[in-house]
Amino acid sequence: MASSAITSVPSLPVVLTLAQRELVRFFRQRNRVIGALVQPIMFWGLFSLGLRGNDLGFAFFFPGTIAMILLFTAIFATISIIEDRREGFLQSVLVAPAPRWAMVMGKILGGSAIALLQALLFLALGCVTLGLPGSPLEIVLSIVLMAVLAIALTGLGFLLAWRMESTQGFHAIMSVFLFPMWLLSGALFPDDPQSWITFISRFNPLTYGVAGLRHYLHFGDETMVNALPSLPVCWGVSLSFALLMVVLSWRIAATRTTGDLL
Amino acid sequence: MSADYAIEISSCTHRYGARVAVDQLSLSIERGEVFVFLGPNGSGKTTLFRVLSTLIPLQGGEISILGDDLRRAANAIRCKLGVVFQAPSLDKKLTVAENLHHQGKLYGLGGSELRDRIDQMLSAVGIADRAADLTETLSGGMRRRVELAKGLLHRPQLLLLDEPSTGLDPGARSDLWKYLHQIRDSDGVTIVLTTHLLEEADRADRIAIMHEGKLAALDTPAALQASVGGDAITIRTPRPTELADAIRVKFNCDVTVLDGCVRLEQPEGHQWIPRLVEAFPAEIETITLGKPTLEDVFIDRTGHRFWNEEKKSDGK
Repeated sequence: MASSAITSVPSLPVVLTLAQRELVRFFRQRNRVIGALVQPIMFWGLFSLGLRGNDLGFAFFFPGTIAMILLFTAIFATISIIEDRREGFLQSVLVAPAPRWAMVMGKILGGSAIALLQALLFLALGCVTLGLPGSPLEIVLSIVLMAVLAIALTGLGFLLAWRMESTQGFHAIMSVFLFPMWLLSGALFPDDPQSWITFISRFNPLTYGVAGLRHYLHFGDETMVNALPSLPVCWGVSLSFALLMVVLSWRIAATRTTGDLL
Repeated sequence: MSADYAIEISSCTHRYGARVAVDQLSLSIERGEVFVFLGPNGSGKTTLFRVLSTLIPLQGGEISILGDDLRRAANAIRCKLGVVFQAPSLDKKLTVAENLHHQGKLYGLGGSELRDRIDQMLSAVGIADRAADLTETLSGGMRRRVELAKGLLHRPQLLLLDEPSTGLDPGARSDLWKYLHQIRDSDGVTIVLTTHLLEEADRADRIAIMHEGKLAALDTPAALQASVGGDAITIRTPRPTELADAIRVKFNCDVTVLDGCVRLEQPEGHQWIPRLVEAFPAEIETITLGKPTLEDVFIDRTGHRFWNEEKKSDGK
Protein backbone atom coordinates (compact mmCIF):
# COMPACT_ATOMS: atom_id res chain seq x y z
CA MET A 1 0.00 0.00 0.00
CA ALA A 2 1.46 3.31 -1.01
CA SER A 3 1.06 5.83 1.75
CA SER A 4 1.65 9.50 1.23
CA ALA A 5 3.62 11.02 4.05
CA ILE A 6 2.39 14.51 3.34
CA THR A 7 -0.64 15.92 5.07
CA SER A 8 -0.04 19.63 4.57
CA VAL A 9 2.18 21.56 2.21
CA PRO A 10 4.52 24.37 3.35
CA SER A 11 3.67 27.61 1.57
CA LEU A 12 7.02 29.33 1.14
CA PRO A 13 8.54 26.71 -1.24
CA VAL A 14 5.37 26.96 -3.31
CA VAL A 15 5.67 30.75 -3.56
CA LEU A 16 9.35 30.50 -4.44
CA THR A 17 8.99 27.73 -6.98
CA LEU A 18 6.19 29.51 -8.84
CA ALA A 19 8.06 32.82 -8.77
CA GLN A 20 11.18 31.10 -10.04
CA ARG A 21 9.16 29.57 -12.86
CA GLU A 22 8.09 33.06 -14.00
CA LEU A 23 11.71 34.21 -14.15
CA VAL A 24 12.93 31.11 -15.98
CA ARG A 25 10.12 31.44 -18.52
CA PHE A 26 10.94 35.10 -19.03
CA PHE A 27 14.63 34.55 -19.70
CA ARG A 28 13.93 31.61 -22.03
CA GLN A 29 11.82 33.80 -24.30
CA ARG A 30 14.54 35.89 -25.89
CA ASN A 31 12.19 38.21 -27.77
CA ARG A 32 10.54 39.13 -24.45
CA VAL A 33 13.93 39.98 -22.93
CA ILE A 34 15.08 42.03 -25.90
CA GLY A 35 11.76 43.86 -26.17
CA ALA A 36 11.85 44.62 -22.48
CA LEU A 37 15.32 46.15 -22.75
CA VAL A 38 14.95 48.07 -26.00
CA GLN A 39 11.46 49.49 -25.60
CA PRO A 40 12.03 51.71 -22.54
CA ILE A 41 15.29 53.08 -23.93
CA MET A 42 13.54 53.89 -27.18
CA PHE A 43 10.59 55.55 -25.44
CA TRP A 44 12.85 57.50 -23.13
CA GLY A 45 14.85 58.82 -26.09
CA LEU A 46 11.83 59.58 -28.24
CA PHE A 47 9.86 61.42 -25.54
CA SER A 48 12.88 63.38 -24.40
CA LEU A 49 13.90 64.42 -27.92
CA GLY A 50 10.39 64.74 -29.35
CA LEU A 51 9.14 67.01 -26.59
CA ARG A 52 12.35 69.04 -26.41
CA GLY A 53 10.34 72.17 -27.33
CA ASN A 54 8.85 72.03 -23.80
CA ASP A 55 12.38 72.21 -22.38
CA LEU A 56 11.94 69.15 -20.19
CA GLY A 57 15.03 67.17 -21.12
CA PHE A 58 16.02 63.55 -20.56
CA ALA A 59 15.94 63.86 -16.78
CA PHE A 60 12.24 64.69 -16.61
CA PHE A 61 11.17 61.56 -18.45
CA PHE A 62 13.45 59.27 -16.50
CA PRO A 63 11.20 58.48 -13.50
CA GLY A 64 8.22 58.27 -15.87
CA THR A 65 10.04 55.72 -17.98
CA ILE A 66 10.76 53.66 -14.87
CA ALA A 67 7.05 53.75 -14.08
CA MET A 68 6.35 52.61 -17.63
CA ILE A 69 8.79 49.71 -17.32
CA LEU A 70 7.21 48.65 -14.05
CA LEU A 71 3.70 48.97 -15.41
CA PHE A 72 4.15 47.12 -18.67
CA THR A 73 6.56 44.45 -17.52
CA ALA A 74 4.42 43.68 -14.52
CA ILE A 75 1.28 43.59 -16.61
CA PHE A 76 2.84 41.44 -19.32
CA ALA A 77 4.08 39.04 -16.70
CA THR A 78 0.55 38.56 -15.44
CA ILE A 79 -0.85 38.01 -18.92
CA SER A 80 0.89 34.67 -18.56
CA ILE A 81 -1.92 33.66 -16.18
CA ILE A 82 -4.14 33.54 -19.26
CA GLU A 83 -1.55 31.39 -21.05
CA ASP A 84 -1.23 29.19 -17.97
CA ARG A 85 -4.96 28.66 -18.09
CA ARG A 86 -5.11 28.02 -21.83
CA GLU A 87 -2.05 25.78 -21.89
CA GLY A 88 -3.34 23.76 -18.97
CA PHE A 89 -0.55 24.45 -16.48
CA LEU A 90 -2.96 26.22 -14.14
CA GLN A 91 -5.30 23.25 -13.72
CA SER A 92 -2.56 21.14 -12.19
CA VAL A 93 -1.74 23.97 -9.78
CA LEU A 94 -5.40 24.29 -8.83
CA VAL A 95 -5.74 20.62 -7.82
CA ALA A 96 -2.49 20.64 -5.82
CA PRO A 97 -2.73 20.89 -2.02
CA ALA A 98 -0.73 24.14 -2.04
CA PRO A 99 -2.69 27.04 -0.52
CA ARG A 100 -4.30 29.35 -3.03
CA TRP A 101 -2.67 32.46 -1.59
CA ALA A 102 0.77 30.89 -2.12
CA MET A 103 -0.09 30.41 -5.77
CA VAL A 104 -1.16 34.07 -6.06
CA MET A 105 1.96 35.33 -4.30
CA GLY A 106 4.21 33.16 -6.48
CA LYS A 107 2.73 34.71 -9.58
CA ILE A 108 2.83 38.28 -8.24
CA LEU A 109 6.35 38.06 -6.81
CA GLY A 110 7.67 36.41 -9.98
CA GLY A 111 6.17 39.12 -12.18
CA SER A 112 7.37 41.84 -9.81
CA ALA A 113 10.90 40.45 -9.81
CA ILE A 114 11.04 40.62 -13.61
CA ALA A 115 9.73 44.20 -13.57
CA LEU A 116 12.08 45.29 -10.81
CA LEU A 117 15.07 43.71 -12.52
CA GLN A 118 14.43 45.74 -15.64
CA ALA A 119 13.79 48.93 -13.71
CA LEU A 120 17.15 48.41 -11.98
CA LEU A 121 18.93 47.95 -15.29
CA PHE A 122 17.36 51.15 -16.54
CA LEU A 123 18.27 52.97 -13.32
CA ALA A 124 21.87 51.86 -13.82
CA LEU A 125 21.75 53.22 -17.35
CA GLY A 126 20.43 56.53 -15.98
CA CYS A 127 23.22 56.73 -13.40
CA VAL A 128 25.80 56.16 -16.12
CA THR A 129 24.39 58.68 -18.58
CA LEU A 130 22.98 61.37 -16.26
CA GLY A 131 25.14 60.93 -13.16
CA LEU A 132 24.09 59.75 -9.71
CA PRO A 133 20.62 61.15 -8.96
CA GLY A 134 20.86 61.21 -5.17
CA SER A 135 22.44 59.90 -2.01
CA PRO A 136 22.90 56.12 -1.65
CA LEU A 137 20.01 56.07 0.86
CA GLU A 138 17.73 57.87 -1.56
CA ILE A 139 18.61 55.44 -4.32
CA VAL A 140 17.96 52.45 -2.05
CA LEU A 141 14.61 53.93 -0.97
CA SER A 142 13.68 54.56 -4.57
CA ILE A 143 14.37 50.90 -5.32
CA VAL A 144 12.18 49.81 -2.41
CA LEU A 145 9.44 52.06 -3.78
CA MET A 146 9.89 50.49 -7.21
CA ALA A 147 9.44 47.06 -5.65
CA VAL A 148 6.22 48.19 -3.96
CA LEU A 149 4.96 49.61 -7.25
CA ALA A 150 5.93 46.42 -9.10
CA ILE A 151 3.89 44.35 -6.63
CA ALA A 152 0.93 46.73 -6.90
CA LEU A 153 0.97 46.68 -10.70
CA THR A 154 1.49 42.91 -11.00
CA GLY A 155 -1.41 42.51 -8.59
CA LEU A 156 -3.50 44.78 -10.78
CA GLY A 157 -2.56 42.65 -13.79
CA PHE A 158 -3.48 39.46 -11.93
CA LEU A 159 -6.85 40.91 -11.02
CA LEU A 160 -7.57 41.86 -14.62
CA ALA A 161 -6.24 38.64 -16.14
CA TRP A 162 -7.76 36.07 -13.79
CA ARG A 163 -11.20 36.00 -15.37
CA MET A 164 -10.02 36.51 -18.92
CA GLU A 165 -10.03 33.72 -21.42
CA SER A 166 -7.96 35.31 -24.17
CA THR A 167 -4.95 37.57 -24.39
CA GLN A 168 -6.78 39.61 -27.04
CA GLY A 169 -9.19 40.79 -24.36
CA PHE A 170 -6.25 41.82 -22.27
CA HIS A 171 -4.84 43.98 -25.06
CA ALA A 172 -8.12 45.90 -25.19
CA ILE A 173 -7.88 46.58 -21.45
CA MET A 174 -4.31 47.70 -21.91
CA SER A 175 -5.20 50.33 -24.50
CA VAL A 176 -8.22 51.82 -22.75
CA PHE A 177 -7.16 51.45 -19.14
CA LEU A 178 -3.48 50.78 -18.52
CA PHE A 179 -1.91 53.08 -21.05
CA PRO A 180 -4.10 56.05 -19.99
CA MET A 181 -3.25 55.16 -16.40
CA TRP A 182 0.40 55.74 -17.24
CA LEU A 183 -0.32 58.91 -19.27
CA LEU A 184 -2.27 60.33 -16.32
CA SER A 185 0.36 59.53 -13.72
CA GLY A 186 2.57 62.57 -14.20
CA ALA A 187 5.04 60.34 -16.00
CA LEU A 188 4.69 62.17 -19.30
CA PHE A 189 3.05 65.52 -18.55
CA PRO A 190 4.59 67.82 -15.96
CA ASP A 191 2.43 68.91 -13.05
CA ASP A 192 0.36 71.97 -13.76
CA PRO A 193 -2.20 73.13 -11.13
CA GLN A 194 -4.34 74.72 -13.87
CA SER A 195 -4.60 71.52 -15.88
CA TRP A 196 -7.46 69.04 -15.61
CA ILE A 197 -4.94 66.30 -16.39
CA THR A 198 -3.14 67.06 -13.15
CA PHE A 199 -6.48 67.10 -11.33
CA ILE A 200 -7.42 63.67 -12.66
CA SER A 201 -3.95 62.33 -11.97
CA ARG A 202 -4.48 62.87 -8.24
CA PHE A 203 -7.06 60.03 -8.31
CA ASN A 204 -4.57 57.70 -9.95
CA PRO A 205 -2.53 55.66 -7.45
CA LEU A 206 0.35 55.41 -9.92
CA THR A 207 0.77 59.22 -9.73
CA TYR A 208 2.02 58.80 -6.18
CA GLY A 209 4.54 56.19 -7.25
CA VAL A 210 5.91 58.43 -10.00
CA ALA A 211 5.95 61.39 -7.61
CA GLY A 212 7.82 59.34 -5.01
CA LEU A 213 10.44 58.42 -7.59
CA ARG A 214 10.80 62.10 -8.53
CA HIS A 215 11.40 62.92 -4.85
CA TYR A 216 14.24 60.39 -4.62
CA LEU A 217 15.82 60.62 -8.05
CA HIS A 218 17.01 64.19 -8.49
CA PHE A 219 17.97 63.96 -12.09
CA GLY A 220 16.81 67.40 -13.11
CA ASP A 221 14.84 70.50 -12.25
CA GLU A 222 13.87 70.57 -8.56
CA THR A 223 11.23 73.33 -8.62
CA MET A 224 8.61 71.08 -10.12
CA VAL A 225 9.06 68.40 -7.44
CA ASN A 226 7.81 70.76 -4.71
CA ALA A 227 4.32 70.83 -6.24
CA LEU A 228 4.01 67.05 -6.13
CA PRO A 229 2.35 65.10 -3.31
CA SER A 230 4.69 64.79 -0.32
CA LEU A 231 6.79 61.68 0.29
CA PRO A 232 4.71 60.27 3.19
CA VAL A 233 1.61 60.57 1.02
CA CYS A 234 3.42 58.87 -1.86
CA TRP A 235 4.46 55.96 0.40
CA GLY A 236 1.05 55.70 2.02
CA VAL A 237 -0.82 55.55 -1.28
CA SER A 238 1.70 53.20 -2.94
CA LEU A 239 1.74 50.74 -0.02
CA SER A 240 -2.06 50.78 0.21
CA PHE A 241 -2.28 50.28 -3.54
CA ALA A 242 0.01 47.24 -3.36
CA LEU A 243 -1.77 45.76 -0.34
CA LEU A 244 -5.20 46.24 -1.90
CA MET A 245 -4.14 44.63 -5.17
CA VAL A 246 -2.61 41.61 -3.41
CA VAL A 247 -5.68 41.10 -1.23
CA LEU A 248 -8.07 41.47 -4.17
CA SER A 249 -5.97 39.06 -6.28
CA TRP A 250 -6.07 36.53 -3.49
CA ARG A 251 -9.84 36.96 -3.14
CA ILE A 252 -10.50 36.61 -6.85
CA ALA A 253 -8.29 33.53 -7.12
CA ALA A 254 -10.33 31.87 -4.39
CA THR A 255 -13.38 32.07 -6.65
CA ARG A 256 -13.60 29.51 -9.39
CA THR A 257 -14.17 30.58 -12.93
CA THR A 258 -15.54 28.74 -15.91
CA GLY A 259 -12.13 29.40 -17.38
CA ASP A 260 -10.72 26.80 -15.00
CA LEU A 261 -12.40 24.30 -17.23
CA LEU A 262 -10.76 25.23 -20.51
CA MET B 1 -18.92 6.70 5.11
CA SER B 2 -16.50 3.83 5.12
CA ALA B 3 -12.75 4.24 4.67
CA ASP B 4 -12.60 0.89 2.86
CA TYR B 5 -13.57 2.52 -0.37
CA ALA B 6 -11.32 4.69 -2.50
CA ILE B 7 -14.31 6.64 -3.74
CA GLU B 8 -17.89 6.64 -2.53
CA ILE B 9 -20.34 8.70 -4.55
CA SER B 10 -23.87 9.17 -3.34
CA SER B 11 -26.50 11.02 -5.39
CA CYS B 12 -23.96 13.29 -7.07
CA THR B 13 -25.61 15.88 -9.28
CA HIS B 14 -23.92 18.63 -11.25
CA ARG B 15 -25.56 21.31 -13.39
CA TYR B 16 -24.18 23.85 -15.83
CA GLY B 17 -27.00 26.39 -15.70
CA ALA B 18 -30.12 24.48 -16.69
CA ARG B 19 -28.25 21.55 -18.21
CA VAL B 20 -27.79 18.56 -15.93
CA ALA B 21 -24.38 17.04 -16.65
CA VAL B 22 -24.33 14.48 -13.83
CA ASP B 23 -27.67 13.23 -12.57
CA GLN B 24 -28.12 11.51 -9.17
CA LEU B 25 -25.08 9.30 -9.65
CA SER B 26 -24.21 6.82 -6.92
CA LEU B 27 -21.45 4.20 -6.88
CA SER B 28 -18.44 2.99 -4.90
CA ILE B 29 -14.93 2.22 -6.07
CA GLU B 30 -12.84 -0.15 -3.99
CA ARG B 31 -9.24 0.48 -3.03
CA GLY B 32 -6.80 -1.06 -5.46
CA GLU B 33 -9.34 -1.24 -8.24
CA VAL B 34 -8.73 -0.26 -11.87
CA PHE B 35 -12.01 1.44 -12.63
CA VAL B 36 -13.23 2.97 -15.88
CA PHE B 37 -15.97 5.49 -16.53
CA LEU B 38 -17.01 4.73 -20.10
CA GLY B 39 -19.28 6.96 -22.10
CA PRO B 40 -19.46 9.04 -25.23
CA ASN B 41 -18.54 12.72 -25.08
CA GLY B 42 -21.27 14.60 -23.26
CA SER B 43 -22.19 11.65 -21.04
CA GLY B 44 -21.06 13.50 -17.91
CA LYS B 45 -17.88 11.56 -17.21
CA THR B 46 -15.54 14.54 -17.61
CA THR B 47 -17.72 16.65 -15.31
CA LEU B 48 -17.58 13.88 -12.75
CA PHE B 49 -13.79 13.75 -13.20
CA ARG B 50 -13.52 17.48 -12.49
CA VAL B 51 -15.58 17.11 -9.33
CA LEU B 52 -13.52 14.13 -8.14
CA SER B 53 -10.24 15.93 -8.91
CA THR B 54 -11.40 18.89 -6.72
CA LEU B 55 -11.21 21.24 -9.71
CA ILE B 56 -14.89 22.19 -9.48
CA PRO B 57 -16.98 22.16 -6.31
CA LEU B 58 -19.45 19.39 -5.53
CA GLN B 59 -22.94 20.78 -6.05
CA GLY B 60 -25.38 18.09 -4.95
CA GLY B 61 -24.95 14.78 -3.14
CA GLU B 62 -22.06 13.42 -1.10
CA ILE B 63 -18.63 12.19 -2.16
CA SER B 64 -16.01 10.61 0.04
CA ILE B 65 -12.51 10.04 -1.33
CA LEU B 66 -10.04 7.82 0.59
CA GLY B 67 -12.14 8.28 3.69
CA ASP B 68 -12.29 12.10 3.54
CA ASP B 69 -15.35 14.16 2.76
CA LEU B 70 -14.87 16.04 -0.51
CA ARG B 71 -16.72 19.13 0.67
CA ARG B 72 -15.00 19.52 4.01
CA ALA B 73 -11.53 18.05 3.49
CA ALA B 74 -10.63 18.85 -0.12
CA ASN B 75 -7.04 19.68 0.83
CA ALA B 76 -6.45 16.39 2.65
CA ILE B 77 -7.79 14.65 -0.45
CA ARG B 78 -5.53 16.67 -2.77
CA CYS B 79 -2.45 15.41 -0.90
CA LYS B 80 -3.39 11.79 -1.63
CA LEU B 81 -4.68 12.31 -5.14
CA GLY B 82 -2.77 12.22 -8.42
CA VAL B 83 -4.48 13.83 -11.38
CA VAL B 84 -3.68 13.46 -15.08
CA PHE B 85 -5.78 15.80 -17.16
CA GLN B 86 -6.88 15.23 -20.72
CA ALA B 87 -5.51 18.63 -21.75
CA PRO B 88 -1.74 18.94 -21.40
CA SER B 89 -0.64 20.55 -18.15
CA LEU B 90 3.09 20.82 -18.80
CA ASP B 91 4.93 24.13 -19.10
CA LYS B 92 6.44 23.92 -22.57
CA LYS B 93 9.17 26.46 -21.79
CA LEU B 94 10.52 24.31 -18.98
CA THR B 95 12.48 21.10 -19.23
CA VAL B 96 10.98 17.78 -18.30
CA ALA B 97 12.86 17.73 -14.98
CA GLU B 98 11.91 21.34 -14.19
CA ASN B 99 8.25 20.58 -14.76
CA LEU B 100 8.46 17.73 -12.28
CA HIS B 101 10.48 19.84 -9.86
CA HIS B 102 7.76 22.51 -9.68
CA GLN B 103 5.10 19.83 -9.37
CA GLY B 104 6.99 18.28 -6.44
CA LYS B 105 7.16 21.63 -4.64
CA LEU B 106 3.42 22.07 -5.04
CA TYR B 107 3.02 18.79 -3.19
CA GLY B 108 5.49 19.59 -0.40
CA LEU B 109 8.44 17.57 -1.72
CA GLY B 110 11.93 19.01 -1.85
CA GLY B 111 15.66 18.47 -1.66
CA SER B 112 17.29 15.15 -2.44
CA GLU B 113 14.02 13.29 -1.85
CA LEU B 114 12.46 15.20 -4.75
CA ARG B 115 15.50 14.73 -6.99
CA ASP B 116 15.53 10.99 -6.38
CA ARG B 117 11.84 10.74 -6.95
CA ILE B 118 12.08 12.64 -10.27
CA ASP B 119 14.85 10.29 -11.48
CA GLN B 120 12.81 7.32 -10.36
CA MET B 121 9.63 8.44 -12.12
CA LEU B 122 11.39 9.41 -15.35
CA SER B 123 13.02 5.98 -15.47
CA ALA B 124 9.70 4.32 -14.69
CA VAL B 125 8.00 5.95 -17.68
CA GLY B 126 11.09 5.46 -19.84
CA ILE B 127 12.17 9.03 -20.59
CA ALA B 128 15.10 9.51 -18.24
CA ASP B 129 17.29 10.45 -21.22
CA ARG B 130 15.04 13.42 -22.05
CA ALA B 131 15.07 14.96 -18.53
CA ALA B 132 17.04 18.04 -19.60
CA ASP B 133 15.05 18.68 -22.80
CA LEU B 134 12.45 21.40 -23.10
CA THR B 135 8.99 19.90 -23.00
CA GLU B 136 8.06 21.60 -26.27
CA THR B 137 10.63 19.43 -28.10
CA LEU B 138 8.94 16.18 -26.99
CA SER B 139 6.51 14.16 -29.09
CA GLY B 140 2.88 13.89 -28.03
CA GLY B 141 3.33 10.40 -26.67
CA MET B 142 6.36 11.40 -24.62
CA ARG B 143 4.51 14.37 -23.17
CA ARG B 144 1.75 12.03 -22.01
CA ARG B 145 4.41 10.01 -20.21
CA VAL B 146 5.68 13.14 -18.47
CA GLU B 147 2.08 13.93 -17.49
CA LEU B 148 1.82 10.48 -15.97
CA ALA B 149 5.13 10.92 -14.11
CA LYS B 150 3.84 14.28 -12.88
CA GLY B 151 0.62 12.75 -11.58
CA LEU B 152 2.45 9.98 -9.75
CA LEU B 153 5.37 12.03 -8.42
CA HIS B 154 4.03 12.46 -4.89
CA ARG B 155 3.04 8.77 -4.54
CA PRO B 156 -0.72 9.28 -4.59
CA GLN B 157 -3.00 6.54 -3.27
CA LEU B 158 -5.50 7.29 -5.98
CA LEU B 159 -4.72 8.22 -9.56
CA LEU B 160 -7.38 9.93 -11.66
CA LEU B 161 -6.87 10.06 -15.41
CA ASP B 162 -9.13 11.82 -17.89
CA GLU B 163 -9.04 10.20 -21.34
CA PRO B 164 -5.39 9.17 -20.88
CA SER B 165 -5.16 7.43 -24.27
CA THR B 166 -5.92 10.56 -26.26
CA GLY B 167 -3.22 11.03 -28.89
CA LEU B 168 -1.46 7.75 -28.11
CA ASP B 169 -0.79 5.15 -30.79
CA PRO B 170 -1.92 1.58 -30.01
CA GLY B 171 1.56 0.55 -28.82
CA ALA B 172 1.84 3.46 -26.40
CA ARG B 173 -1.72 2.85 -25.21
CA SER B 174 -0.84 -0.75 -24.45
CA ASP B 175 2.28 0.38 -22.54
CA LEU B 176 0.19 2.82 -20.53
CA TRP B 177 -2.24 0.11 -19.49
CA LYS B 178 0.57 -2.23 -18.57
CA TYR B 179 2.10 0.48 -16.41
CA LEU B 180 -1.22 1.33 -14.73
CA HIS B 181 -1.75 -2.30 -13.81
CA GLN B 182 1.84 -2.51 -12.61
CA ILE B 183 1.56 0.39 -10.15
CA ARG B 184 -1.75 -0.96 -8.94
CA ASP B 185 -0.14 -4.34 -8.28
CA SER B 186 3.11 -3.04 -6.74
CA ASP B 187 1.87 0.01 -4.79
CA GLY B 188 -1.83 -0.69 -4.42
CA VAL B 189 -2.70 2.56 -6.19
CA THR B 190 -6.36 2.83 -7.07
CA ILE B 191 -6.70 3.80 -10.73
CA VAL B 192 -9.79 5.61 -11.95
CA LEU B 193 -10.00 6.76 -15.53
CA THR B 194 -12.47 7.99 -18.08
CA THR B 195 -12.53 6.90 -21.68
CA HIS B 196 -14.75 6.98 -24.71
CA LEU B 197 -12.76 4.12 -26.27
CA LEU B 198 -14.76 0.92 -26.05
CA GLU B 199 -11.79 -1.24 -26.93
CA GLU B 200 -9.74 -0.17 -23.95
CA ALA B 201 -12.44 -0.19 -21.30
CA ASP B 202 -12.36 -3.97 -21.00
CA ARG B 203 -8.88 -3.80 -19.49
CA ALA B 204 -10.46 -2.44 -16.30
CA ASP B 205 -11.56 -4.44 -13.29
CA ARG B 206 -14.94 -2.77 -13.42
CA ILE B 207 -16.67 -0.43 -15.82
CA ALA B 208 -19.30 2.18 -15.16
CA ILE B 209 -21.12 2.98 -18.38
CA MET B 210 -22.43 6.53 -18.32
CA HIS B 211 -25.21 7.90 -20.44
CA GLU B 212 -26.69 11.40 -20.19
CA GLY B 213 -25.24 11.93 -16.73
CA LYS B 214 -26.65 8.70 -15.34
CA LEU B 215 -25.16 5.32 -14.59
CA ALA B 216 -26.34 2.98 -17.35
CA ALA B 217 -24.44 -0.10 -16.16
CA LEU B 218 -21.81 -1.08 -13.61
CA ASP B 219 -19.99 -4.40 -13.54
CA THR B 220 -16.89 -6.29 -14.66
CA PRO B 221 -16.29 -6.30 -18.43
CA ALA B 222 -17.03 -10.03 -18.64
CA ALA B 223 -20.25 -9.76 -16.66
CA LEU B 224 -21.42 -6.82 -18.74
CA GLN B 225 -20.76 -8.69 -21.96
CA ALA B 226 -22.44 -11.82 -20.65
CA SER B 227 -25.49 -9.78 -19.69
CA VAL B 228 -26.33 -9.09 -23.32
CA GLY B 229 -27.04 -12.78 -23.70
CA GLY B 230 -26.17 -13.51 -27.28
CA ASP B 231 -23.38 -13.91 -29.77
CA ALA B 232 -22.73 -11.33 -32.43
CA ILE B 233 -22.61 -12.58 -36.04
CA THR B 234 -21.11 -10.16 -38.53
CA ILE B 235 -21.33 -10.74 -42.28
CA ARG B 236 -19.34 -8.84 -44.90
CA THR B 237 -21.16 -8.63 -48.17
CA PRO B 238 -21.20 -6.37 -51.24
CA ARG B 239 -24.92 -5.60 -50.77
CA PRO B 240 -25.64 -5.46 -47.02
CA THR B 241 -29.15 -3.97 -47.19
CA GLU B 242 -30.44 -6.59 -49.61
CA LEU B 243 -28.89 -9.42 -47.62
CA ALA B 244 -30.31 -8.10 -44.36
CA ASP B 245 -33.78 -8.02 -45.90
CA ALA B 246 -33.37 -11.52 -47.25
CA ILE B 247 -32.25 -12.89 -43.86
CA ARG B 248 -35.15 -11.16 -42.14
CA VAL B 249 -37.64 -12.75 -44.55
CA LYS B 250 -36.12 -16.21 -44.41
CA PHE B 251 -35.42 -16.53 -40.68
CA ASN B 252 -37.87 -13.98 -39.25
CA CYS B 253 -35.33 -12.41 -36.86
CA ASP B 254 -33.77 -9.01 -36.01
CA VAL B 255 -31.02 -8.02 -38.42
CA THR B 256 -29.16 -4.72 -38.52
CA VAL B 257 -26.75 -3.08 -40.93
CA LEU B 258 -23.84 -1.37 -39.16
CA ASP B 259 -20.86 0.18 -40.95
CA GLY B 260 -21.59 -1.73 -44.19
CA CYS B 261 -21.83 -5.09 -42.40
CA VAL B 262 -24.85 -7.22 -41.60
CA ARG B 263 -25.21 -7.98 -37.89
CA LEU B 264 -27.29 -10.44 -35.96
CA GLU B 265 -27.33 -11.10 -32.25
CA GLN B 266 -28.50 -14.59 -31.41
CA PRO B 267 -27.96 -17.07 -28.61
CA GLU B 268 -26.04 -20.17 -29.76
CA GLY B 269 -24.53 -18.13 -32.56
CA HIS B 270 -22.39 -20.98 -33.85
CA GLN B 271 -25.48 -22.87 -34.98
CA TRP B 272 -26.47 -19.94 -37.16
CA ILE B 273 -23.27 -19.92 -39.19
CA PRO B 274 -23.92 -23.03 -41.34
CA ARG B 275 -27.56 -22.07 -41.77
CA LEU B 276 -26.67 -18.63 -43.10
CA VAL B 277 -23.86 -19.81 -45.32
CA GLU B 278 -26.03 -22.53 -46.85
CA ALA B 279 -28.91 -20.12 -47.42
CA PHE B 280 -26.83 -17.34 -49.06
CA PRO B 281 -23.65 -18.93 -50.43
CA ALA B 282 -23.13 -16.29 -53.11
CA GLU B 283 -23.75 -13.17 -51.06
CA ILE B 284 -21.48 -13.81 -48.07
CA GLU B 285 -17.82 -12.78 -48.37
CA THR B 286 -16.84 -13.44 -44.78
CA ILE B 287 -18.79 -14.33 -41.69
CA THR B 288 -17.52 -13.92 -38.14
CA LEU B 289 -18.84 -14.96 -34.79
CA GLY B 290 -17.94 -12.91 -31.73
CA LYS B 291 -18.84 -12.50 -28.12
CA PRO B 292 -20.84 -9.31 -27.47
CA THR B 293 -18.74 -6.17 -27.22
CA LEU B 294 -19.07 -3.28 -24.79
CA GLU B 295 -20.78 -1.41 -27.57
CA ASP B 296 -23.44 -4.11 -27.61
CA VAL B 297 -23.80 -3.59 -23.86
CA PHE B 298 -24.13 0.14 -24.38
CA ILE B 299 -26.80 -0.32 -27.07
CA ASP B 300 -28.59 -2.84 -24.92
CA ARG B 301 -28.68 -0.61 -21.82
CA THR B 302 -29.38 2.76 -23.39
CA GLY B 303 -31.14 1.96 -26.65
CA HIS B 304 -28.61 4.20 -28.44
CA ARG B 305 -25.58 3.65 -30.57
CA PHE B 306 -22.42 4.75 -28.81
CA TRP B 307 -21.11 7.01 -31.55
CA ASN B 308 -24.41 8.43 -32.81
CA GLU B 309 -24.97 9.59 -29.31
CA GLU B 310 -21.80 11.62 -29.40
CA LYS B 311 -22.97 13.61 -32.42
CA LYS B 312 -26.26 14.33 -30.75
CA SER B 313 -24.55 15.49 -27.55
CA ASP B 314 -22.14 17.73 -29.41
CA GLY B 315 -25.04 19.51 -31.04
CA LYS B 316 -26.59 20.44 -27.69
